[in-house]
Amino acid sequence: MVVSAIPLTAKDYKSEVKPTWCPGCGDFAVLSATYKALADLQLRPEKVVVVSGIGCSSRIPYFCNTYGTHTLHGRALPVATGIKMARPDLTVVVMGGDGDLFSIGAGHFPHAARRNLDILTVCMDNQTYGLTKAQYSPTSFVGHKSKSSPYGTVEMPMNPVLMALASGASWVARGYSGRPKQLQELIVEGIRHKGFAFLHVQSPCTEFHNTYNYYDARVQDIPKDHDPTDYMAAIRLAMPQEKTLLGVFYRSERPVYEERLRAFEQIKVEFDPDEFLSRYG
Amino acid sequence: MPKSEIVIRLGGEGGEGVISTGDIFTLASARTGYHVFTFRTYPAEIKGGHAWYQVRVGPRPVLSMGDQVDVLVAFNLEAYEKHKHLLNTEEGVLIYDPDEVTPEPRPRTVFYPIPFNRIARQDLNFVRGKNVVVTGVLAGLFGLDPTSLTQFITQRYKRRAELLDQNLKALEAGLNYAQKNLTKADPYYLTPTERVGRLVMSGNDAIVAGALTAGCRFYAGYPITPASEILELMAQTLPRLGGTSLQAEDEIAAIGAVLGASFAGVKAMTATSGPGLSLMTEFMGWSGMAEVPCVIVDAQRAGPSTGMPTKLEQGDLNHALFGGHGEFPRIVIAPGSVEDAFWQIINAFNLAEKYQTPVIFLSDQSLSHRTESLLKPDLSKVKVVDRIQPTADDLANGYERFAITETGISPMSIPGTPGGMYVAPGLEHDEKGHVDNPLASHEKMVPKRFRKLETLQKELEAPPRYGAPDARIGVIGWGSTEGAIREAVERCVAKGMKVAALHPKVLNPLPEKHLEQFISSMDMVIVPEINYTGQFARYLRSVFGIPVVRINKWGGLPFTAGEIQRKIEEVVNGR
Repeated sequence: MVVSAIPLTAKDYKSEVKPTWCPGCGDFAVLSATYKALADLQLRPEKVVVVSGIGCSSRIPYFCNTYGTHTLHGRALPVATGIKMARPDLTVVVMGGDGDLFSIGAGHFPHAARRNLDILTVCMDNQTYGLTKAQYSPTSFVGHKSKSSPYGTVEMPMNPVLMALASGASWVARGYSGRPKQLQELIVEGIRHKGFAFLHVQSPCTEFHNTYNYYDARVQDIPKDHDPTDYMAAIRLAMPQEKTLLGVFYRSERPVYEERLRAFEQIKVEFDPDEFLSRYG
Repeated sequence: MPKSEIVIRLGGEGGEGVISTGDIFTLASARTGYHVFTFRTYPAEIKGGHAWYQVRVGPRPVLSMGDQVDVLVAFNLEAYEKHKHLLNTEEGVLIYDPDEVTPEPRPRTVFYPIPFNRIARQDLNFVRGKNVVVTGVLAGLFGLDPTSLTQFITQRYKRRAELLDQNLKALEAGLNYAQKNLTKADPYYLTPTERVGRLVMSGNDAIVAGALTAGCRFYAGYPITPASEILELMAQTLPRLGGTSLQAEDEIAAIGAVLGASFAGVKAMTATSGPGLSLMTEFMGWSGMAEVPCVIVDAQRAGPSTGMPTKLEQGDLNHALFGGHGEFPRIVIAPGSVEDAFWQIINAFNLAEKYQTPVIFLSDQSLSHRTESLLKPDLSKVKVVDRIQPTADDLANGYERFAITETGISPMSIPGTPGGMYVAPGLEHDEKGHVDNPLASHEKMVPKRFRKLETLQKELEAPPRYGAPDARIGVIGWGSTEGAIREAVERCVAKGMKVAALHPKVLNPLPEKHLEQFISSMDMVIVPEINYTGQFARYLRSVFGIPVVRINKWGGLPFTAGEIQRKIEEVVNGR
């Protein structure tokens, strides 16, 4: 982490591009919490890469004065994997929606988690498909009526926190756009965490699925006596609850993927084409 | 008359050592100074099924696998039945296990019955040593220097003393059997020649060697036949070089990771085969739009769908040229031989870096898996190109990642560079990468991106040309068929026909100027390729508006020079 001589402020991470989100969108809170978190960490903007897939929330790299990639629907994690493996010196943050990360991109999520790359993945979950105008999403509750589920969904919703735990993410937390200060703290902690950090954010869509009132009445901090190093306790808390729990479910230290790979550098050699070809003689 | 050019074919049950016998024999021949060219095919199952291996050995460069079989080694009855019709009718040699095969009489064929199984099982009590016994017999029969074989076996088993001992005994048993029990009655001799040490590499080996030489330090792939050896060799080599290799969860993730690494400033590659290329197609478009360089090796196999994983087809050209939605520049390269694969993959990296586009590199099952002997490439000729990066001035004056330039190429900043921040977008964007005014951007950016191909096309060198300088019949081929086409054309020229061949390596953009010159000097153009629909023939026709005569082969096997020669003669005479 490079510390700047003149302290960086949230504004330094804000690009000249104005967000295209609808007024009141939960993603604004995530964006502003991200600026503040990056300032808290004093990360040089050029050392940060924000990686996204496709969807409303995935526009976020354009709004950040950092490096970024706006990739394909569902494919942010593979691209982030390549960036972080190739350049462990960079801070890589993946940001996307529930459809992007848990529907089309669901095949990549467990692999990124189990590899334990040192990246933070933020899922801005609005439980609807906003950009394609209000179809249901993999996290929509049973019975959710939408343009593509006019009689109500009959599918069980995906549980991103449980999935992250099951996949081997080494840091798992939940935030809520209605609680921006906590969100900022969680992003700071997620970036600081050495390993695959997953932050699930309830981020309501005011246009098609306004759940602010629902979550305002339901969110509650994870009980103070919860031990986040207790995996089974984290699993129990992640199961469907009366309340929507916010805070850190799980935290563990295990070697990160890119460092385990870099261990080979102890035997690092320069490539010698002459020597390599001689093997075939 | 003694002969030192031999085509040997070994056939047997998959898993009983047919391929390894061929490999050992090939390497020993090359070490003794011979040129070699092999072809192998095996069933898609792990055990069982029929496998065969062909090696053509000669004192002069060999360009293709050979037309007929001079020596057939039948490990079992199936091998005998499957291949006997190809055996040289004048000077054929049949080596077989009499406990397995009872051959029918053939005039002018030399028979060497050798009880491989009995020697391995009873004399040596080492069933798995049968392949080495066969190798010993072949060395004994054709006079191959046993020292190189002993060296090879010692090297291979140096860490496993017991196996080493058993294998050396098996080799000796084979040599002894040939010398004591067989009376040499065939004309083939592989006695030591000039002793120029040659490398023996497969196409996949050469691709890895070239990629690493070009500076590739990141590889991601998903196992698929016939590209898997590239993943394995990269996984073995890259970590020692401070690079990284990833076995991704699927092909989509593989190319995604490659593009991530490349965006981050590291030269990166993936390798796959047809089904994997299909999955990578969407990211190919992203690479084109976001102008992130990448190299995609497609070791083509017979399709469609899962098709024939271990069999050859030049079936993915259309996909490489046109696959994907929308329009984006991509470079397509197809190497002609193992040695060419080394040079062309370096070219692929250089072009990817210079033009910031996807480069699709079309190998195929025959090229990826076959081995050829070659002199060690002259490494002083290696030229490595790196992508252009913004200058301090560019960065100070409102850096535009996608600046409109005459060449279509814009400086690409690397994460970590202050002032160079930008978003690599899949959406249409302006010079800065902003996405808010797509219509206006699209109008400017489409030609900007395609100008890269125009720039490249002007720089393309003349493709290799073979045959008569005053030819009136032109053959245009692509990819791994180069050797067979060249040999066929040279044979036709030797018979007095005015035939020449051109073999372009960069297929998109085509070296149009050079092709036009060639085509306009011909009365007729013939296009041989291993597919049913004549993808390259159609492509040439669409670009040059000329009628072409197609020679197509499908069914999973490469062309022999004789097949192409006969077709050229038919076409020429039938006119």
